[in-house]
Amino acid sequence: MLKVLRSFLGKLSKILKKKKNLKLGLYGPPNAGKSTLANRICKDWLGEEMSSVSAVPHETREVIVKEKINVENNGKSLSFNLIDTPGIATRIDYEDFLKFKMPKTKAKERAKEATKGVIDAIKWLDDMDAVVVVLDATVNPYSQVNITIIGNLAARNIPVLVVGNKVDLKKSDLKAVESAFPQYDVVGISAQHGNNIQEFYEALFKVVK
Amino acid sequence: MALTLQFVPYDELNGMEPEKRINRLLDIVKKDKVILMQGRLKPSEEAWLIQKTMEHVSKSFRGIELCTIYPENPKNARLVNTLKNMLVKFLVGTRDGLTIIGPATVIKEIKRNPDKIELLTNIK
Repeated sequence: MLKVLRSFLGKLSKILKKKKNLKLGLYGPPNAGKSTLANRICKDWLGEEMSSVSAVPHETREVIVKEKINVENNGKSLSFNLIDTPGIATRIDYEDFLKFKMPKTKAKERAKEATKGVIDAIKWLDDMDAVVVVLDATVNPYSQVNITIIGNLAARNIPVLVVGNKVDLKKSDLKAVESAFPQYDVVGISAQHGNNIQEFYEALFKVVK
Repeated sequence: MALTLQFVPYDELNGMEPEKRINRLLDIVKKDKVILMQGRLKPSEEAWLIQKTMEHVSKSFRGIELCTIYPENPKNARLVNTLKNMLVKFLVGTRDGLTIIGPATVIKEIKRNPDKIELLTNIK
């Protein structure tokens, strides 16, 4: 009896905690625009940015948390802690960074930090209450990393919103993202230029509820 | 340089603890061999494989390329087929499908579209 009561109280406190401090994670492969979207959300609702962005992959190598973001839409409000995670990759080669004219020692250091970032991002999956999977809509969405991320979220019953970013670019193909993940809500945005950002917030409310 | 493919039957890994299973796969890949594994890993095991891979990244090992092929085409799957597949998966676990895992130093990229796979290698 005591065991049952303890389990119920544990679940109840988890629900209350969840409602108070909802954790919204941004996940995806490197250079998809997770940090750009994080900055867009923070700029829209806090008036300040939270992450640095760069054309060089693995710019975000640590999990970054911005607390108490309050988004309002159609008279409803949604409060959450936003978690910007390092891009998940299966390979990290310091030589890839040399192409961006980075010194060898810096490239090696960045690669080492990036491997730790991937490990941390995966570890944080268990803590998420909802996740926005950010994909680059100019890139083929049928990658195992995308499937692994979404598969892990599905296995944990974590609500998912898929974002096809960079729809402002000619090469973007939102239809490909939609057909790769037909079971999820997909919104096409440009986090950099703010295209469709209102639609993104509406979809976020729908997914998080 | 020749490309070595190593077939790993489902039964070889099935009885192992997840940690041993992941280590076994990484051991093969670190020998510059490409694994053709019968069946597929669970999502949590795939995530774990990525984590373990990152722990092993070094000058000579730059990570992996990973791809899982499913036997059914979800585009064409009808409800009956879907339910049938769900039941089969429930009964036989993750025996269906094929997983390709290769070292990043050997496999440049695995291009996957719904109905075809291309293995691009670094072999000259």
